[in-house]
Amino acid sequence: MKKFFKVFKNKAALAGLLIILFFVFIAIFANLIAPYDPYEQSLYDRLQPPSSRHLFGTDDLGRDILSRIIYGSRISLAIGIISVALALGIGASAGLVSAYYGGIIDTILMRLFDIMLAFPTILLAIAIVAVLGPDLKNAMIAVGIVNIPTFARIVRASALVIKEQEYVMAAYALGQSSFKIIFKHILPNIVGPITVQASLSYGGSILSAAGLGFLGMGAQPPTPEWGAMLSQARSFIISAPWTVTFPGIAIFLSVLGFNILGDGLRDFLDPRLR
Amino acid sequence: MYRYIIRRLLIVIPVIIGVSAVVFFLIRSIPGDPALILLGEHSSEESVEKIRVQLGLDKPKVIQFFYFLYNMARGDLGRSFLTNEIVSLEIYKHFPATLELTLCSMAFGTSVGLLLGVTAATHRNSIIDYVTTVISVAGISMPIFWLGLIAIIIFSIKLHILPISGRLDPTITFKARSGLIILESLIKGNFTVFKDALYHMILPAICLGTIPLASIARMTRSSMLEILSQDFIRTARAKGLPARKVIYIHALRNALIPVVTVIGLQFGSLLGGAVLTETIFAWPGIGRLSVEAINARDYPVIQGCIIFFAIIFVFINLLVDILYAFIDPRIRYD
Repeated sequence: MKKFFKVFKNKAALAGLLIILFFVFIAIFANLIAPYDPYEQSLYDRLQPPSSRHLFGTDDLGRDILSRIIYGSRISLAIGIISVALALGIGASAGLVSAYYGGIIDTILMRLFDIMLAFPTILLAIAIVAVLGPDLKNAMIAVGIVNIPTFARIVRASALVIKEQEYVMAAYALGQSSFKIIFKHILPNIVGPITVQASLSYGGSILSAAGLGFLGMGAQPPTPEWGAMLSQARSFIISAPWTVTFPGIAIFLSVLGFNILGDGLRDFLDPRLR
Repeated sequence: MYRYIIRRLLIVIPVIIGVSAVVFFLIRSIPGDPALILLGEHSSEESVEKIRVQLGLDKPKVIQFFYFLYNMARGDLGRSFLTNEIVSLEIYKHFPATLELTLCSMAFGTSVGLLLGVTAATHRNSIIDYVTTVISVAGISMPIFWLGLIAIIIFSIKLHILPISGRLDPTITFKARSGLIILESLIKGNFTVFKDALYHMILPAICLGTIPLASIARMTRSSMLEILSQDFIRTARAKGLPARKVIYIHALRNALIPVVTVIGLQFGSLLGGAVLTETIFAWPGIGRLSVEAINARDYPVIQGCIIFFAIIFVFINLLVDILYAFIDPRIRYD
């Protein structure tokens, strides 16, 4: 664990972690930090530019943009957690099974993932949302599903290397069950690449879900999701550019945080790529 | 080489069938009867049944899928529920706009990305190296739909130097038979149209091109750094070759292999990104067509667009694989 914290000697990784912690902090304490109720409308305060009363201005319904962004961080973090957990859970299991058993199971699973990878990500997510119906929950599921093949491939590749190690052979020779070998001997040794991918996918998931929200296929009004906020603000781009500016900065910063943390972790775990 | 290409082409066939199967069964699992959607809720049961038979919806789904594949092979992707237009014709009409946009974005992203990557590697730890690193990390974290909106605010609304949307000014009429306005106006020597089309292209292309730019700059930098430290580069330098020749002929060609992979992979993001970019800039391409189709629940068009995008992506990947074999002959013999 001590060794693990050495990763934060890398300034970029540390900056990434700090950005993420900032968003986690405002997400947890949103109700204490946010100056207004994110759903509270005030027609007298419609489209107010940034001022001391409303630091980021107000939207077309007079809602405080800063408060909506603060509450929106809860949604974005949840999107990341749920879609990465889904992708990781299914992808890693499939990758482990594929690598351990090989043969026909491996072939079938990998060909299936090849087909999924043949779709541009956001399009496959759009197709899944078209089937499930446009809402936040389905957008998270869709983003999770499209990330499954990436996790499966990475886990499979790492597990194939570990599988050939002598200690795994020894466990096999001792008659340990496949379940125990996979979860006790192989999985703990591939946590590194999984962590890197999880961090990078987290940022990507926030970006994809915001894209879906922007297209009207994710969170629906009045949910303060950043992508959906941008979509609603589009009509006021000429009269109230601040309605577009701030939600975008929030998306950018949160994704940036996860991406530079992921990069830092990768450099740390695989110094050859540095 | 031919054997390699044929082998790669044969692998594409099951992938395309798989892709079509995924889209076909996904769309078929949407609740609701397509015949009813087509005719409207208040139509008689008799006419609904007639349409069901006509569309082959009375047959088992697997049989429907084989019919679908057969028709797809003949270029028939059905008709739009909304406009009754032939889907393949709609795609054919919208594709040139998307093609022109993606090619211009790719040209922008690749040229700037390569230049930044090479310069960053040859001037390691300099200002340009840091700027490149910042651009490449910021570029992959940037929501392009937001970048597009901000670009519109700055360049179109505040500075009035670039148009907000569309491919041509509404006052200009130009019939491009190929649909590729920039190329055709240039060939025909119509420079007014060419200039206007180019102006309309700048913002969408830069906005969409940011995605490949970031990854290409980053990959070129790391790949160049690795190559520049190798013995043959030292030999080339020791022979007294000019620095430019060493960098662009000896190093870059060898550094290009991983870069080509990134370029190929980026095409996927570019096609996906086109959906968002086209929506922002009211660009009449397939991306916008698919978003409109989804909003209108026009399933044949959604299905057609997604399959079309996926097939294009599969062929781009194939092209990248073949290109590899050209750049690095060792790959052919694997």
